[in-house]
Amino acid sequence: MEMIELENVTKIYRMGEVEVYALNGVTISIKQGEMLSIVGTSGSGKSTLLDVLGCLDRPTSGKYFLDGVDVSRLNDNRLAELRSKKFGFVFQDFNLLTRASALANVELPLVYSGGRYKHIKAMEALERVGLGKRAKHKPTELSGGEQQRVAIARALVNSPSLILADEPTGNLDSASSEEIIAIFQQLHKEGITVAIVTHEADIAAKTQRVIRLHDGKVASDGKAGSQ
Amino acid sequence: MKFFESLSIAIRSLFSNKMRSVLTMLGIIIGVGAVIAIMAGGRGMENAVTSTLEDLGTDVLYVQPVNPDAPGAAGMAPGYAGANLTLADSEAIARIPGVLGVAPTNENFVEITYGSETLNSVIEGSTAEFQVMSNYELASGQFITERHVASRDSVVVLGSTTAENLFGDEDPLGQRVKINDKRFTVVGVLATKGGSMFGFSMDEIVVVPITTYQTRLFTQRTPSGEDAVQSIGVLVAGPEQMDNVRADIETTLIKRHRIDEGDKNDFAIVSMDQMIGIFSQITGVVSIFLAAIASIGLLVASIGIMNIMLVSVTERTREIGIRKAVGAKRRDILLQFLIEAAALSLVGGAAGIVFGWLLSLAISFISTLAGFPLQASLSPVHIFIAVGVSLVIGLASGIYPAMRAARLNPIDALHYG
Repeated sequence: MEMIELENVTKIYRMGEVEVYALNGVTISIKQGEMLSIVGTSGSGKSTLLDVLGCLDRPTSGKYFLDGVDVSRLNDNRLAELRSKKFGFVFQDFNLLTRASALANVELPLVYSGGRYKHIKAMEALERVGLGKRAKHKPTELSGGEQQRVAIARALVNSPSLILADEPTGNLDSASSEEIIAIFQQLHKEGITVAIVTHEADIAAKTQRVIRLHDGKVASDGKAGSQ
Repeated sequence: MKFFESLSIAIRSLFSNKMRSVLTMLGIIIGVGAVIAIMAGGRGMENAVTSTLEDLGTDVLYVQPVNPDAPGAAGMAPGYAGANLTLADSEAIARIPGVLGVAPTNENFVEITYGSETLNSVIEGSTAEFQVMSNYELASGQFITERHVASRDSVVVLGSTTAENLFGDEDPLGQRVKINDKRFTVVGVLATKGGSMFGFSMDEIVVVPITTYQTRLFTQRTPSGEDAVQSIGVLVAGPEQMDNVRADIETTLIKRHRIDEGDKNDFAIVSMDQMIGIFSQITGVVSIFLAAIASIGLLVASIGIMNIMLVSVTERTREIGIRKAVGAKRRDILLQFLIEAAALSLVGGAAGIVFGWLLSLAISFISTLAGFPLQASLSPVHIFIAVGVSLVIGLASGIYPAMRAARLNPIDALHYG
């Protein structure tokens, strides 16, 4: 069964008098366990697609089925619950709370989803990305690659079905980038669905499926290297 | 999310910005402190007046002139009441069964001089009964006698503080003093009594015969041309006689003043309990009025909190976005910022109570040094009100910024800055 199905999704931003179609009739489906990349020039709508997929934003029109349920019209609180249970986000500029320790950052989703053993779950997630020893450090005391690994641990901690990464290597050197991609590949092997927005061809080449957007439309969708 | 987690997030964020938090709280601290100090001072003044009045004895009625045209208690205000009681009224009251004695009394401020010493004092023009009715003991000499009153003698009895300030170690008995440039002979000195009335010590008085007061010092006449009396103290035989005596005084004065049936009386009969009630009311109203002025400071403080919370929301837009992305709901964010505002003002309020308490100690100390003994006293009710008010201020000034934070769209918040 398809985990995600987008049907003719549009997202329109209004800039004064002008309407901008960030997404213009996108229809795609994603299966459980896939690893895919979303590519395109800047302004092609790839980040907007990721926001819509992650329920950070609602489509202007069209339907979004998540596990068979149309989530495009859910209210803010239901979307917040979905974000907390189904999705993990990784951003280009990490988006960590700078004054909190790595461990506290990883615990953050657990604070909002409730449940017990926050420390233990958060430590497990940090160990999965190889940062168990840096748990007490603040983001400012960590390298860019380490910060991004903390962000991945935070995305993992609630056992999401889908990890959404927006240019996760955009601020990293090539060595750190490779580490991060390796972690994503490892997660993919463990059965987690991973979607990465990127404009770097070599990263896209490492995913099984590449969706290319152009002017808010799907220009191509297929195996890596087949475009 | 649990309340305590919101609380710990809020407190951590206040701690991470200590300087700003303290400056914001300063407004609340000063506001609450000022209100607390004023209320404590007012209560202290009320206690002082009440205990002084109670000390005067409770089997006493006071007859006072009233302006019948004035509404309510305003007609009793000094200077407004008019002059309509006389010594003859006083003598008529003295003949009522159940009355042990009457003390017609006039009161004013005078300058009293001995040698090179001059001081200001309260003067009481009265009769022998004044001593009993006001619970004064004699330290030396004698009090005003009926003879002094009858022959309008220029004699004076000094309060203990007045005597000490004028004469020091010298024996005042038989000495001549000048009261408003008129010569008087000291015939007695009162023992120290303690207590004060609106800041005037009960030991800083001088007493002269009422007849002398009327003829030599302050002449005030009733419309019919007799010498006026400001108030008549009536000593009643016992509490069970109070109602009868009160009724008889009223009948007597209505007849003597020729008040027609249906017209308002031009006098009032007040018991000590009523006096205490009136004075508590006056001090209560005054301190509430002052506290209301001081609470303008609280309004300013609350604007300060709202301002800082708005700045904080703007500054932490990205943080809010992150929290929303990982699953925070609107009410989680709302709660976080509300608790932050409430914590700011509650901590500020608590510090304000301590500040106000110190301030009221300082007031007591300074007023005692200045010769007006006043024991400022802080009641649990004041503390309760202060805490409640600061909580309300925190919530009221935090709600708008918190709602702005809660309504932020996660996307806009994440891509901010």
